[in-house]
Amino acid sequence: MTVTKRLNLSQMYPGQSGRVVGVDGGVGLVGRLSALGIRPGRKITKLSSMLMRGPVTVQVGGTRLAVGFGMASRILVELEQ
Amino acid sequence: MACHGVKTNVRKRRGGKRDLRKILLMGNPNVGKSVVFSRLTGVRVIASNYPGTTVGYTHGLMKVGEEMAEVIDVPGTYGLEPSCEAEEIALQMLATGDVVINVIDATNLERNLNLTLQLLEKDIPMVVALNMWDDVGHRGIHIDLKRLEELLGVPVIPTVAVSGQGIKELVESIPAARAPRRPPISHDERWAAIGSITEQVQQVTHRHHTWLERLEDASVRPFTGIIIAAVVLVGTFLGIRFIGESLITYVLDPIFEYLWTPVVLFLSNLLGGSGILHDILLGNIVAGEVNYIESFGLLTTGLYVPFAMVLPYIVSFYLVLGLLEDIGYLPRLAVLMDTIMHRLGLHGYAIIPTLLGLGCNVPAILATRILESKRERFIAATLISIAVPCAALQAMVFGLVGQRGIQYVAMVYGTLFVVWVVLGFVLNRVVKGFSPELLIEIPPYRIPPWRTVLQKLWLRVHGFLHEAIPIILGAVLVMNILYAVGFFDVIADFTAPVVTGLLGLPKEAVVALAIGFLRKDVAIGMLAPLALTSGQLVVGSVVLAMFFPCIATFVVLLRELGTTGMLKAAAIMIVVALSVGGLLNLIL
Repeated sequence: MTVTKRLNLSQMYPGQSGRVVGVDGGVGLVGRLSALGIRPGRKITKLSSMLMRGPVTVQVGGTRLAVGFGMASRILVELEQ
Repeated sequence: MACHGVKTNVRKRRGGKRDLRKILLMGNPNVGKSVVFSRLTGVRVIASNYPGTTVGYTHGLMKVGEEMAEVIDVPGTYGLEPSCEAEEIALQMLATGDVVINVIDATNLERNLNLTLQLLEKDIPMVVALNMWDDVGHRGIHIDLKRLEELLGVPVIPTVAVSGQGIKELVESIPAARAPRRPPISHDERWAAIGSITEQVQQVTHRHHTWLERLEDASVRPFTGIIIAAVVLVGTFLGIRFIGESLITYVLDPIFEYLWTPVVLFLSNLLGGSGILHDILLGNIVAGEVNYIESFGLLTTGLYVPFAMVLPYIVSFYLVLGLLEDIGYLPRLAVLMDTIMHRLGLHGYAIIPTLLGLGCNVPAILATRILESKRERFIAATLISIAVPCAALQAMVFGLVGQRGIQYVAMVYGTLFVVWVVLGFVLNRVVKGFSPELLIEIPPYRIPPWRTVLQKLWLRVHGFLHEAIPIILGAVLVMNILYAVGFFDVIADFTAPVVTGLLGLPKEAVVALAIGFLRKDVAIGMLAPLALTSGQLVVGSVVLAMFFPCIATFVVLLRELGTTGMLKAAAIMIVVALSVGGLLNLIL
């Protein structure tokens, strides 16, 4: 039996990767994020996070993004085992 | 960020009368559309390695076969769902166009295809420019062009816009543009389609990270990032100062001293050494010595200030800034600064307009359009116009205040920085609304070709020469005439309570404050003949930096913030400038 672990992006450690399972937000936020590549099923790797609830940087596909802390907390990720 | 505030008017085609064919350049932000545009039209544009350079839109003409056509550089969008202003504008423009050139970043096929597939559903012929083709190999990506063309059903041309490669083929492919008019599909279906396309045409081979990529990662990690930022900022400052001072000492000062001084002395003799015309043209020339800073003639100070004091710093500032822009460092600085900038009611991206403001406040305030909310734009524009000194003013501060010792220059900068932080903090509390969170793409580092760096530098320097020189000469002329008719004595007496009482400056300094409205560099120069103490010079420089913006900045403030916003900003400016000036006067 595989154990999967769900976290939001701000809870992940730098270097961890997983698949996006959902974005907890309105149509606007979901749309903006999906256009930039963050949408369910995509592989996402957390690169770093800034101190004091600063932005989180991630890699999705060929794109690197910086996402504000609050937004990052709404992005749910299933960690890779 | 999916939306950039974009203000523009979309021209509707005039009813019935068919004018030039319209070619629309469309694509995601920061894929090189503007560079493709400049290649197609020959119009020189400023492009930078961060999203959102094209605010408003640019259009130009090009030749397709024998026919002339109009090319429009549409603001970058990630999709066509009208979820924000930029995308709405893109959609409206789409309705007026005849052909679309969809510019795609070849290194980022998957994300870019989202817009491409949406465009293919529209009834408009299209070709695809697969830009940044040279980067594909470096990144271990292989793209099957033939297969991509088959799957999309439109011509696909690989291009490298910065070097011009593939542009000729792109133009030749325009007549072959096709509109496959795919049936509209849902979001999820589209992403599935994109997944299947990329799987079929793209192969990514694993390869070791290059040093550039290691640096990319290190510059957005908290610890290494801050060290890198410190190194970059100190290096930037030293670089600008070194280049600027070298140009002054080894090029421009000698030119004035050995070539221009004899001409001035000859003219002075010719005009009899005194008189109104002599004073207006040459100013005070004492005992055959030309003091370019204090004489204040049109042909002495009027030329020396722009060419020998300001121009060297304009050149060095924009050279270094252009390098930082094109390498792609600035968005990383935005990420690092985000936490701090939020305390000032802004998000990290506001650091880009702020840095631009250290060159000139006008493009800086225009660049605040990359911020999403009206509140952020107001705070950013107000902070820039009050506490961010432009290169012209800074050059004069270095030139004049620097003579009294570097500690006085530090006082000017320190005060402005404190004002920037405190005022931002206060505005964040006072101005209603909230500031949205950061969401930006971090571009890869690129080593910019020298040609594009120098071309951009030339555009900006040319802008300075073209716009500033006439105003500087005009300001010196107007001032000399008003002096001659005794106009300033009246004003000086009238404003003496504020200028002398509050700021502790001689009453004649009001002339400098008034001229500051035209040009800040000339205004600082006018403090030179007043025999101020070092403390007074610091007060004068700080007040001039913060007080009313120069007329060009004033006009863009009015345009960007509206009348009410501009009046609010101006009121804040006057209050802050006078209280900080008064406070400094008490301390120093």
